[in-house]
Amino acid sequence: MPSFVIAEKCDGCKGGDKTACMYICPNDLMVLDANAMKAYNQEPDQCWECYSCVKICPSQAIEVRGYSDFVPMGASVQPMMGTEDIMWTCKFRNGVVKRFKFPIRTTPEGEANAYSDLKGKDLSSGLLSTEEADGMELKVPTELA
Amino acid sequence: MALPNKPAGEIKTVRAPEVEKRDVDVLIIGGGMAACGTAFEIKKWADDDTKILLVDKAALERSGAVAQGLSAINTYIGENKPEDYVRMVRNDLMGIVREDLIFDLGRHVDDSVDLFEEWGLPIWKKTDDGKNLDGKKGMKSGTLKSGATPVRTGKWQIMINGESYKRIVAEAGKKALGDENILERVFIVEILNDKNDPNRAAGAVGFSVRENKVYIISAKVMMVACGGAVNIYQPRSVAEGKGRAWYPVWNAGSTYTMALRAGAELSMMENRFTPARFKDGYGPVGAWFLLFKAKTVNGLGENYAGSDDAKAELQKYAPYGTAAVTPTCLRNHLMMKEYKEGRGPIIMETTKALAALGETMDKKELKHLESEAWEDFLDMSVGQAGLWCATNTEPEKKDSEIMPTEPYLLGSHSGCCGIWCSGPEEDWVPASYKWGYNRMTTVRGLFTAGDGVGCSGHKFSSGSHAEGRIIAKSMIQYLKAEGDKVSGFAETDQELVDMVYYPVYNYLDNFEYTTATDVNPKYCKPAGMAMRLMKMTNEYGAGTGTFYMTNGKSLEVLMDLFEMFREDLEKIAAADLHELLRAWEIIHRLYTVQAHTRHIQFREESRYPGFYYRGDFMGQNDEEWFCFTNSSYNKKTNEWTLKKEPYVKIISD
Repeated sequence: MPSFVIAEKCDGCKGGDKTACMYICPNDLMVLDANAMKAYNQEPDQCWECYSCVKICPSQAIEVRGYSDFVPMGASVQPMMGTEDIMWTCKFRNGVVKRFKFPIRTTPEGEANAYSDLKGKDLSSGLLSTEEADGMELKVPTELA
Repeated sequence: MALPNKPAGEIKTVRAPEVEKRDVDVLIIGGGMAACGTAFEIKKWADDDTKILLVDKAALERSGAVAQGLSAINTYIGENKPEDYVRMVRNDLMGIVREDLIFDLGRHVDDSVDLFEEWGLPIWKKTDDGKNLDGKKGMKSGTLKSGATPVRTGKWQIMINGESYKRIVAEAGKKALGDENILERVFIVEILNDKNDPNRAAGAVGFSVRENKVYIISAKVMMVACGGAVNIYQPRSVAEGKGRAWYPVWNAGSTYTMALRAGAELSMMENRFTPARFKDGYGPVGAWFLLFKAKTVNGLGENYAGSDDAKAELQKYAPYGTAAVTPTCLRNHLMMKEYKEGRGPIIMETTKALAALGETMDKKELKHLESEAWEDFLDMSVGQAGLWCATNTEPEKKDSEIMPTEPYLLGSHSGCCGIWCSGPEEDWVPASYKWGYNRMTTVRGLFTAGDGVGCSGHKFSSGSHAEGRIIAKSMIQYLKAEGDKVSGFAETDQELVDMVYYPVYNYLDNFEYTTATDVNPKYCKPAGMAMRLMKMTNEYGAGTGTFYMTNGKSLEVLMDLFEMFREDLEKIAAADLHELLRAWEIIHRLYTVQAHTRHIQFREESRYPGFYYRGDFMGQNDEEWFCFTNSSYNKKTNEWTLKKEPYVKIISD
């Protein structure tokens, strides 16, 4: 189900500091045609259809078309990313439409606690830094063969 | 591949790339869950002046197996005992596993899950009256760490709203390590050994997929965690659909190949995973089986897995086959029997399952249940949702087919191939399992985690992260004790550039010979080589084409084909940087799948029926083969060595 870029909507992220889809694609598929200032998927048969490009596109220019070798035509699944939730619109071939909303994170973006000031004390122990800070004791197996 | 009206690749390769050299103490190769665990943990143990660099071939925010998201965390120990976790893994993997590594993982994994929740990952909660709350509504119940109850789908799994799982975990990793210590879009292709001690790691080399630049990195200690191996066997879908692999299609076996070529021993590479999933879309079935209690039937509508015939078949593989939970491979084995005897396809009765659940639910609860079913796909396998929409499949109205996939190699899911690693330096760990630093490979200074660590499956996303953290600490131990023994590598800059960029030279030297650059007798292109590799493994190496069956003669043929393939890889050509990425991925895939099939050749039994069969050695032979099998490769002489390694039972039955 490779991603495709709608020509009219894509502006090549010219207002941004990088082409969003090209930045995010885990498989290096999305590229910018610098002359046309439009992005495209350069290798559709290696698309995992992870939707990373669809979700990140600031112009909502990217959608996904079912894999040509087994998916009947006419359906679509399209997300809309928010900061706390994602909304999905699933359109069936027969016209049925389903909408779902799911939470994606419970903290503001950028707020993950990296414990940057935490320093481990005993390098020789088997405890991880946060386990050590919590005063945890290292478990050893008691039900031995 | 050709693109109408477009140039094939926007960033052309050039003969003389720029060279950038880095000199660091710690090198992290990979960017998935394991590498993010290392990134989070390492500075907490390192001295302030320790130089650390993480190199990812993609963007950390969405790289690795969790890029798309996940709908569950499959390893959370919680109220269970780590000993029982070991027992579950041991039974699922037919007895031969590293119980030290599994126990070690089990005692640490929950700490990573607690961090995920603190960072913002929504985790479902169970209310006192038995209702499921999603991760946002469930916040009022408190955190897992404070004692809230997760929603279990099985003994070890908990449900999450995991669309942004990887973004959250990557964010913490990035913050902990610092953006300036992370290189994205750089593909490391080879690990370099120490010039005075060939069994020690001293650096690595790779290239940027965004500019013509080769990176030469000196390091005192390093970890490699680039996932498992995908598209090493012809997938059931062979055109566009081959991208819809079950595991991430960008996992090219780089972990195993780079370690192998550096001299590390691999272990249990014969173990593979051919998960039974919803056909073609490869959507997850776990929630359907465990949460919605769906049943599968054969083409005649029979509950084949519950038949007397099936029970008799499972009896042959006691004690694994007769355990309370049937091992994954044996569940596949029962399915294969149905196909071969003409009773396919295998159908999951979603309609009956939802109807049964609906009997005790009101309208609102039913609506919620439907949403849970769809979220399972939308969080981690959107393509399956797309396929259901395209085939007008509403699961309450229409059943779906499930089918075992093409083979995958991995060490973190329900598979256990990987690199032979040291266990923890503790009294209860047998001497043959430890040689100094937890999760160090047999090459000094080279560590791995996640899919890289062999003989210890079922760690999944959370366990891979925890394992990445475990090795962060061991790497610093090694750095302090042995870092000054690293004396650098022998290769010159030019030798390394030539080694990395040879596919570019092949292209530039020859492309003008023909009028269409994809067909040229003087070189081969990655797209064709990818299909050639998958065709030979499918036909001779127990792919889907033979119902996962092979034998000694077929494997002999395969080894001959591999050798010609290896020689031809010297002629692989890359016209642009994307193609150079694909060229190196094919090189990595070859060595990994060769290790896999050489192990199958060496182990003269069928240890994992349902995953693969040796037609000439059907059944298990505990007397000869209740042991690990380890392999190594000498890249100077192109010689493989395979050997048996004793299994030691640590945890009681």
